[in-house]
Amino acid sequence: MNSNLHMYILAAPLLTSFFLDIFGRKKQGLIAPFVLGSLALSSALAFVVLGRVLETGPISYTVGAWLPPWGIELLVDPLSGLMLLLIAVVALIASFAALPWVRKELHDRVHLFFILYLILVAGLMGLVLTADAFNLYVLLEITSITTYGLIAMGRGRAPLSSFNYIIMGSIGASFYLLGVGYLYLLTGTLNMADIAQFLPALQGSFALGTALAFVLVGLWIKMAFFPLHGWLPMAYSQAPSGAGVMIAPLMTKVTVYLMLRLMFSFIAPGFSMYETDLQSMIVWAAAIGIISASALALGQRDLKKMLTYIIVAEVGYMVGGAWLINEPGITGTVLHIVNDALMTLCLFLAAAAIAYRTGSLKFENLTNLYQKMPLTMAAFTVGAFAMIGVPPTCGFFSKWYLLLGGIEAGQWGYVVALVFSSLVNAILFFRIIEYAYFGKGADDHGHAAIERNEAPLMILCPLLLVAVALIVVGLSSGPLVENLIKLAIPAGFLG
Amino acid sequence: MDLTFSIWPLVAVLVSLLAAVPIMLSNKQPNLREFWTLMAAVVKVAIVVSMLPGVLAGGGYVFTLAEVVPGVPIEFRVDAFGIFFALIASFLWLLTSIYSIGYMRALEEHAQTRYFASFAVAISATIGVAFSANLLTMYLFYEMLSLSTYPLVTHEQNAEAKSSGRKYLTYILGTSIGFALPAMLIVYTLTGTLDFTVGGILADKASASTLAVVLVLFLFGFAKAGLMPFHGWLPAAMVAPTPVSSFLHGVAVVKAGVFSILRIIFHIIGPDQLAQADIGWIVTTLASVTLLVASLIALTQDNLKRRLAYSTVGQLSYMVLGAGMLSAVGMTGGILHIGMHAFGKITLFFCAGAIYVAAGKKYISQMDGLGRQMPVTFAAFLLGALSIIGLPPLGGFISKWKLVLGAVDGGQLTLLVVLLVSSLLNAAYFLPIVYRAFFAEPPAEAASGIKEAPIFCLVPICLTAFGSLLLFFFHDTFLRLAQLALGIGG
Repeated sequence: MNSNLHMYILAAPLLTSFFLDIFGRKKQGLIAPFVLGSLALSSALAFVVLGRVLETGPISYTVGAWLPPWGIELLVDPLSGLMLLLIAVVALIASFAALPWVRKELHDRVHLFFILYLILVAGLMGLVLTADAFNLYVLLEITSITTYGLIAMGRGRAPLSSFNYIIMGSIGASFYLLGVGYLYLLTGTLNMADIAQFLPALQGSFALGTALAFVLVGLWIKMAFFPLHGWLPMAYSQAPSGAGVMIAPLMTKVTVYLMLRLMFSFIAPGFSMYETDLQSMIVWAAAIGIISASALALGQRDLKKMLTYIIVAEVGYMVGGAWLINEPGITGTVLHIVNDALMTLCLFLAAAAIAYRTGSLKFENLTNLYQKMPLTMAAFTVGAFAMIGVPPTCGFFSKWYLLLGGIEAGQWGYVVALVFSSLVNAILFFRIIEYAYFGKGADDHGHAAIERNEAPLMILCPLLLVAVALIVVGLSSGPLVENLIKLAIPAGFLG
Repeated sequence: MDLTFSIWPLVAVLVSLLAAVPIMLSNKQPNLREFWTLMAAVVKVAIVVSMLPGVLAGGGYVFTLAEVVPGVPIEFRVDAFGIFFALIASFLWLLTSIYSIGYMRALEEHAQTRYFASFAVAISATIGVAFSANLLTMYLFYEMLSLSTYPLVTHEQNAEAKSSGRKYLTYILGTSIGFALPAMLIVYTLTGTLDFTVGGILADKASASTLAVVLVLFLFGFAKAGLMPFHGWLPAAMVAPTPVSSFLHGVAVVKAGVFSILRIIFHIIGPDQLAQADIGWIVTTLASVTLLVASLIALTQDNLKRRLAYSTVGQLSYMVLGAGMLSAVGMTGGILHIGMHAFGKITLFFCAGAIYVAAGKKYISQMDGLGRQMPVTFAAFLLGALSIIGLPPLGGFISKWKLVLGAVDGGQLTLLVVLLVSSLLNAAYFLPIVYRAFFAEPPAEAASGIKEAPIFCLVPICLTAFGSLLLFFFHDTFLRLAQLALGIGG
């Protein structure tokens, strides 16, 4: 049994990106098989590793055989195993859809796009694997820099949006780094488990509070937690479709995972932080964030712009859920990381498909789109229902746990915010459904028939697959929570 | 109740859902498409009927699909209350399907494929609501019903239809997400289960004030039942083609709302808990107000379908009122009225549609003398109207009589007055229509040559009208099911 199997999950995309750098320009035909092959390998391995972790317990790997706390430790536990699988699968599915777009738009720069793409995937995997607070910073920068590059490949104002993102991203990273610096001063170590050992003795220390505040705010900027979200709608809506389908589902969700990871290791239950009002304040901030982002989404007249504000609202769901610090709340957050990644993937794939055929995502241009792209719109509708939270799509079940957590904790503001956001989502999506299905009666009354013009199969197939997955994952929420997510949450946070 | 594990409940739900696929694929061949619709309808009725003897004998059928939340699976269970609703819905769907074919073809409606496919999904959801074993499953199908009927309401695709569609969703989805979902979560937090249990699951689990909050959330959360002030969607939804109004907004959708509320009162909160906490008055008050106000508004409507819609709002409250009486006979009456009203109201809507198809008339003021040209339609209309007013020898009398007995039994004289006044109002808004049709002089410029509607429309009308009549004499099965549902005598 090869206990280093999980290293290959990360190595596959990383090495492939180097390979593409060397051979990609000359041999364009090699790009697609290598990108897809490496990500498929990652997905398969991630699946095997997750099974193994569930069977035998967490696997730890020390890079270069330098033992922790000095060396860098990579750790696969059920939570990071789940995230690895999620990243690998989403990246694989998204890369199918990215291919036709990249070929159409970037011509001879295809290999450059995929070099960045694969490094980003490897960086995200590194983020969920690392057990070292400083290493986490480095990987955060790797993912950010590759994202800047990918976004800047878009047309029009994309470079400007990317620049805006660089400024905000760098501020976020600096905050995080400062926080880690404080932690290092306080504890003399950077290994998370090691830091956690020293923390009980430091309870109530002002320096520790400052350190954690910097770390948290840094992560919140990176995940676009309202009101630190300003960069996201611009960057994600300007991002080229090919990159957006992967960045939008994964980036914010991985950052939420990082917050959870830090909470699990640094902030054990019973820690004095809970007795303060801080926890409640964060949940309230999340509630306000959800409501504000949903309201902002209402003002958008462009599908992609609207989706980006929904992402910001969803970040509020997860931050709020995590800081409820009770079993259903955290369960819901983890479940929502998975579900939201899939829902966002579905909707961004649909947006990419529509943009590929029509070139515009303005609401007015979606009129009667159903007749032109029936399958795309059907999948979009499933994604929309999941976002609204209609059972049995998966979106309902994570919302269920989050609401349950809110009720249990007595955080009624958060409960109201979740319900409000579901209702706003219903308005948002039915507005589009109305355009797409019930546009002006240019129908079979004999008016100009609209020709079928579905998206290319490379986009359509992944889209339909994800739409089906939304329902399948929803129906299997029970086993998913019982057999996986419960194991991913430290015992102190359960019950 | 001894439960048998059986796949039939699932099949009963799925048959029309799956039929939606061949319906969509036979877009270009109308006859084949309608064959699928009728086929699914017949199979559905057959399955439901086949399960009836077992339920009447005190048994039940259960099928678990998936465990989605600890302690709450997506599960089907055929019990007395469920099969009562499913019988009515599946049988009337069969008749509506026949009627739809006549109506849609006579008017050469557009997007018929979407229409029939949505219809199939809607009836699937309705049976799902009927056969749900717990609140979560019921919520799932309740939402599915809301979403699948939206394309039917927006069918015309003009500005009015779209705005009605928006209103429809705002009311229905808004209340179910805003009120019913939180209420369901509160119940789950309190009890850890959502199973429908005779006598309720909230005994000793909640204070009177919590119960009251949960009750109100549920009453308004299931806005398909049209309790005021969340009734506005129903008149608005009348822009839909008439078969939709007759079946969905006369039977399936609105009754799914009432059914859900009754499920909550009987099998989640429990009548005993309501009586103990002394909050039955919330139900009866809301229902009484809705009942009287809706009947008064109905009097003022000139558009026939809108008058029928307000009449429906009022009649739905009879059922809720019966449940709120909390006496055995009152609750039985409430349940029975689901069936009696379904047959009566669908007849009336069918007639309204037939008049529109044959004469192109929507307004009551235009119908003077029309009865002489369409005697069968208006005779059926009279039967339906009499049943809803509650006169013998029609089905509506049975349920209304039980309700009156229930009011007397409970010593609730106010409710008795409400019931009597309302019946007068019912007569006042229905009988003039029939009178004008038969006895008023037709306007001078009246187009001659108006004939009865096509046979596809006429046959279902006669069957449902006749059904209303039969139900007066043969209601033992329904009565027995209602008693089994309440877990009383019989």
